[in-house]
Amino acid sequence: MKRLWTIVRKEFIHIVRDTRTLALIALMPAALLLLTGTAVSGETGNIPMAVADQSKTAASRGYIDKFWTNGYFRLVAYVESEAELVRLIDQDQAEVGMLIPPTFGSDLATGQATAVQFYLNDTNPSNSVSTQLGVETISQMALQEMFFSQIGQSLGARRIEMPITTHVMGLYNPDGLRTNYMVPSLVAVILQVQALLLTSLAIVREREQGTMEQLIVTPIKPWELMLGKIIPYILVAFVNTVMIIAVAVFWFKIPVSGSLLQLLGLSFIYIIGSLGLGVMISNISSSQMQAMYLAVGVVLMPSLIMSGLIIPRLNMPAVAYYVGEMLPVTHYLAIINGIMLKGVGADFLWPAIWPLIALSVLFFAASVAFFRKRLR
Amino acid sequence: MTAAYAVEVEHLSMRFSHFSAVQDVSFTIPPGEIFGLLGPNGAGKTTIIRILCGILRPSGGRAAVLGYDVTRQPEEIKSRIGYMSQRFSLYNDLTAQENLAFYARIYGVPAGRLGARLDELIELSGLREARREQTRSLSGAWRQRLALACAVVHEPPMLFLDEPTAGVDPISRREFWDLIYTLAGRGVSVLATTHYMDEADYCNTVGMMYGGRLLALDTPDALKGRMGGFLLEVDCDRPGPAEAVIAALPGVQEVTAHGVLLHIAVADESTPDRVAEALAAAQVAVHRIERIRPSLEDVFLSTVDAELRAQARQEQARGEDR
Repeated sequence: MKRLWTIVRKEFIHIVRDTRTLALIALMPAALLLLTGTAVSGETGNIPMAVADQSKTAASRGYIDKFWTNGYFRLVAYVESEAELVRLIDQDQAEVGMLIPPTFGSDLATGQATAVQFYLNDTNPSNSVSTQLGVETISQMALQEMFFSQIGQSLGARRIEMPITTHVMGLYNPDGLRTNYMVPSLVAVILQVQALLLTSLAIVREREQGTMEQLIVTPIKPWELMLGKIIPYILVAFVNTVMIIAVAVFWFKIPVSGSLLQLLGLSFIYIIGSLGLGVMISNISSSQMQAMYLAVGVVLMPSLIMSGLIIPRLNMPAVAYYVGEMLPVTHYLAIINGIMLKGVGADFLWPAIWPLIALSVLFFAASVAFFRKRLR
Repeated sequence: MTAAYAVEVEHLSMRFSHFSAVQDVSFTIPPGEIFGLLGPNGAGKTTIIRILCGILRPSGGRAAVLGYDVTRQPEEIKSRIGYMSQRFSLYNDLTAQENLAFYARIYGVPAGRLGARLDELIELSGLREARREQTRSLSGAWRQRLALACAVVHEPPMLFLDEPTAGVDPISRREFWDLIYTLAGRGVSVLATTHYMDEADYCNTVGMMYGGRLLALDTPDALKGRMGGFLLEVDCDRPGPAEAVIAALPGVQEVTAHGVLLHIAVADESTPDRVAEALAAAQVAVHRIERIRPSLEDVFLSTVDAELRAQARQEQARGEDR
């Protein structure tokens, strides 16, 4: 036990003496959230649209104006032809082009069916889907309005109401602001990166410096060394956690809907698991280079792709799904989103909590088991 | 457990995937003795030390330190030995005092004894001024003394030093060996490796290693006496041609160049005259021919030379058999 604290104290000295690194360690995660959080906080909307109105009638102008009323689209240019629309999209000046045919006004006036053509930049599927949805919704609303006013006129100016209106309300992100959903996820990923950076070199660095050879000829026990290496970083990462959650709450104005205490407690378990994963990587690496490759290749990239951060996990092939299950960040994403956005408690989150605890124990046990007090 | 020997090594061998680092090495170190392993880099000295420290598993033979078997009881050994590895394994960002205190606590020096022990070691190794300095700013010689202090912080009865004086100036080397003598005087057994031939003279017993084999094992004096015949030192104006002339003479066993001087191993007393005659005939101006005591370097070179010749003969014999 005394040896454990000796290691802890030594690691603390390493951290504190190197002031520049200390500053990086302390400030980087919060700074990273400020930066990346701002990048995802742009609300959807304000999509640039170019318009070619070949009809130039009151009806066509009325239809076009509907697109600017709720701020979802903004006009970048009026042009004359289809070719000009496509050119603007090619040049990334517009995301959408609207082509209203010359017959639009006359078709409507004579009660014939007419068509409007939209051109869409679909190089980024997730963007183009929401753009398309916006186009269809607004167009539908505009046409319904026109349709009913025409019917109303022909029936002698009587007011006509829509028989059914559909209301869809997002439960946890009612404003539809992307920030709300993404920021807690970013907290999870940034903490994962931080934990890996802190510990993935912890063991292998001493191996490369030659101090490990000196340590393994002492009576130190593997668990004392492993735990001694993790404890100081648990403290560091916990300070990071508090800071980064503060940035989410006070800067990005994301309220913690659930219990802050539960969030901090579960974050504590999460960082132990992530740090343990880093130490395990450090343990099986024989050089710092190897450790970096393992950290990025085996943990970081899967954490971004397989944790459900970007791509939903429900429909993933089994292999990808279970790789995701092995990552602490996968479970922590469910926890932090659950507590911050949904406001649910630990009782609801148990399916995510127990794997997190199990993984933390597993990684630590594996680190101790893999550590050999021999040179080869 | 008290063992008759501090270290016992029997037919020890170590094979790595592509070469044999240690081949059939046996020796013993009585308690309180300074034992030196002498040999060039790659001779297998470090491998032997690592095996004895319990951090490498030997591929053959057996070894015991303080009566504990290196393969079965490595942890028993680790708490009772001090080890100073080839690279000074100190933490650069810790001060001298912090490095010492770190190892003291890792070795379980009782808290009540810690302060006094650190003062004692800092005094003994002359590190008073370096006490509060970060190790990175210390000179090689200071770091070396600090590393030794760290290795003996728990007062181990057995000390392993792997090339402790590599890259250190001669005066500091001298002081370092004085320190080792002080420790040995207190009953500590020491196994040190070195490739400085002069340092082997500090040891009670010297093992000469080359290519993974222990070629000779004796006291420094006995090793020097072992060289058959005499050793002549020749100082002349053209050592190059002189070497060829002398080597061709009957009764000359070996000629080696030491700077501008030639060392000649000869079989009998009459040879010096013959060397002088031959050199005169070859018109080499001789300043001095003198009988000298062989240094350990001479012994080492001739031992290695004999070994290589024996190997060559074996190869040849095997070739003729085929």
